[in-house]
Amino acid sequence: MTVDSTAARKPRRSSSTKRTRAKQPTADQTQLVQLLTPEGERVEHPDYSIDLTPEELRGLYRDMVLTRRFDAEATTLQRQGELGLWASLLGQEAAQIGSGRALRDDDYVFPTYREHGVAWCRDVDPTNLLGMFRGVNNGGWDPNSNNFHLYTIVIGSQTLHATGYAMGVAKDGADSAVIAYFGDGASSQGDVAEAFTFSAVYNAPVVFFCQNNQWAISEPTERQTRVPLYQRAQGYGFPGVRVDGNDVLACLAVTRAALERARSGQGPMLVEAYTYRMGAHTTSDDPTRYRADEERELWEAKDPILRLRTYLTREEFADEEFFTALEQESDALAKRVRDAVRSMPDPDHMAIFENIYADGHALVDEERAQFAAYQASFAEEGH
Amino acid sequence: MAAGSTEKLSIVKAINASLRKSLETDNKVVIMGEDVGKLGGVFRVTDGLQKDFGEERVIDTPLAESGIVGTAIGLALRGYRPVVEIQFDGFVFPAYDQIVTQLAKMHARALGKVKMPVVIRIPYGGGIGAVEHHSESPEALFAHVAGLKCVSPSNASDAYWMMQQAIASDDPVIYFEPKRRYHDRSEVNTSAIPGPLHAARVERAGTDLTLAAYGPMVKVCRDAAAAAAEEGKSIEVLDLRSISPIDFDGIEESVRKTGRLVIVHEAPVFFGSGAEVAARITERCFYHLEAPVLRVGGFHAPYPPSRLEDEYLPGLDRVLDAVDRALAY
Repeated sequence: MTVDSTAARKPRRSSSTKRTRAKQPTADQTQLVQLLTPEGERVEHPDYSIDLTPEELRGLYRDMVLTRRFDAEATTLQRQGELGLWASLLGQEAAQIGSGRALRDDDYVFPTYREHGVAWCRDVDPTNLLGMFRGVNNGGWDPNSNNFHLYTIVIGSQTLHATGYAMGVAKDGADSAVIAYFGDGASSQGDVAEAFTFSAVYNAPVVFFCQNNQWAISEPTERQTRVPLYQRAQGYGFPGVRVDGNDVLACLAVTRAALERARSGQGPMLVEAYTYRMGAHTTSDDPTRYRADEERELWEAKDPILRLRTYLTREEFADEEFFTALEQESDALAKRVRDAVRSMPDPDHMAIFENIYADGHALVDEERAQFAAYQASFAEEGH
Repeated sequence: MAAGSTEKLSIVKAINASLRKSLETDNKVVIMGEDVGKLGGVFRVTDGLQKDFGEERVIDTPLAESGIVGTAIGLALRGYRPVVEIQFDGFVFPAYDQIVTQLAKMHARALGKVKMPVVIRIPYGGGIGAVEHHSESPEALFAHVAGLKCVSPSNASDAYWMMQQAIASDDPVIYFEPKRRYHDRSEVNTSAIPGPLHAARVERAGTDLTLAAYGPMVKVCRDAAAAAAEEGKSIEVLDLRSISPIDFDGIEESVRKTGRLVIVHEAPVFFGSGAEVAARITERCFYHLEAPVLRVGGFHAPYPPSRLEDEYLPGLDRVLDAVDRALAY
């Protein structure tokens, strides 16, 4: 049990206590970079600052709301049998939108299978994300059109791809950065350890963005590590920082700094976004078997969207008209996604044989021809 | 070696010359692996390349095979053409996950929108008196995976040209180097126009039986054919060269002529590439077969300590024994 997770389980503080805390941060609290408290109050941090216009703040809010709405719609579509599976990001919107909006167009993203909010920031059409969950493809979008690599399902593998890609960026003399997403469970994978090693020794411009959502299916972070995850970086020779993963401003500020550091040739950095998976691991999971409702309730009080709404309202950066319009936009997005999924055609059966090799393969050609002939035989028999 | 010349080279020198040529002609080609730089690799295949092309293109990596292949995938996504060295056959397994779940499937996962031009060089096979994990033949474990191509040269000319073609391929190619033949020398013509990468070649023509092999076993089969010739048996030797795809057309053509097929590899017979060849050829030309397709290879046992490897590995006598059994039908 880490210091911060213990702190996270404390009850909500009263308004007066909270103000006192903001003025006199303890060592534990500075360890967790936070710029917007769960109560929606702006606080400063000695190392990370951010100055956003009301329009930019509304933009972040909009991103989070639309991402959550899309995610909820996908869960519904799975429950209705339109998707085979869905991996919800509920609760992790700030980590994903904050880090995603820190990226430049020329930066490159290597996601897991849960980075729907980052995909949103990269202008990947949300309906593209659903093909693999419906079972019509295994990804299929062009990674290079949005610098957003395909979802990677095997845990941690993409951290090495990100590192290699970043080595290539450095070889090209480009000043882009690469970001690798992974989770607390993946931190136990050898590939992640190797990615840390390779990126460090080659000084590769890659940011490792770990969303510690506290649970790897049923296993708590304590089953993955004896030290706070961000501290792992130190052993590899690069900095690590823990950020409030439900604070979109802090996630944006810290990721911006980490990316800028990478772009300027200072090598990798580990960002641990301390957050919570509010829902199940996937729609196939049943979290009631392994965790208590009370824990979820504690994290509900730290909701990333609610705290920004509170801040926007209090500061009068957004009015009811804005929130109402956004609600309508959310519903329209949900409808578009829903219609797109329900009209998504199954692939032609010959697609099995497509794109296995770029330069062809005699056996694939032979089996394709045999299967086509077999299929054609039914047509001849009048089936 | 001057461009366009013909020279007698060892397999090691031929691969080295081929890598050198690719480094010269394509600035996206990078060499990666453990000890490939100053040392030139434990077999000296990359000797002198880092000196001439620099540390940015001939990259000594951390000692982590999954990391080597995983970062090579990332480099390929960035537009590079990595040629990766796995130091020994038995050390490839930490990278097996990246090869099977990522490298092999990436092109399909992207519906063709990305390519994976990665070559993985693996010195393989036994016969060098090595300790455990240094003498294995894992080719079937890779040939079984769609998305990968697997080749193995048996001589210096193929070693040179097949490396050129593997690097030029937009698909991942596992390039199995017959380490016990590394220092066998033969003519290499660097201005020749090479045949297709995945075509078998008739190494020695014959009429009574076809011996099919690849990599280190081609020489054994050649010797067996020569010995059989002294007894009046005409053996055709096929060098398969490629294990995925396998040139079944080429094998079928030979077997339709000879009526008998023996396939030889160092890898265990059980679920080996010979099993696939036997099944396919039996299906393709059943009525042309005078005898069951026989296989000669390793046993269903861990590769033995080196004092026993001469018994484990298919040698001249075991190949001739199979030839006799096939001819007895």
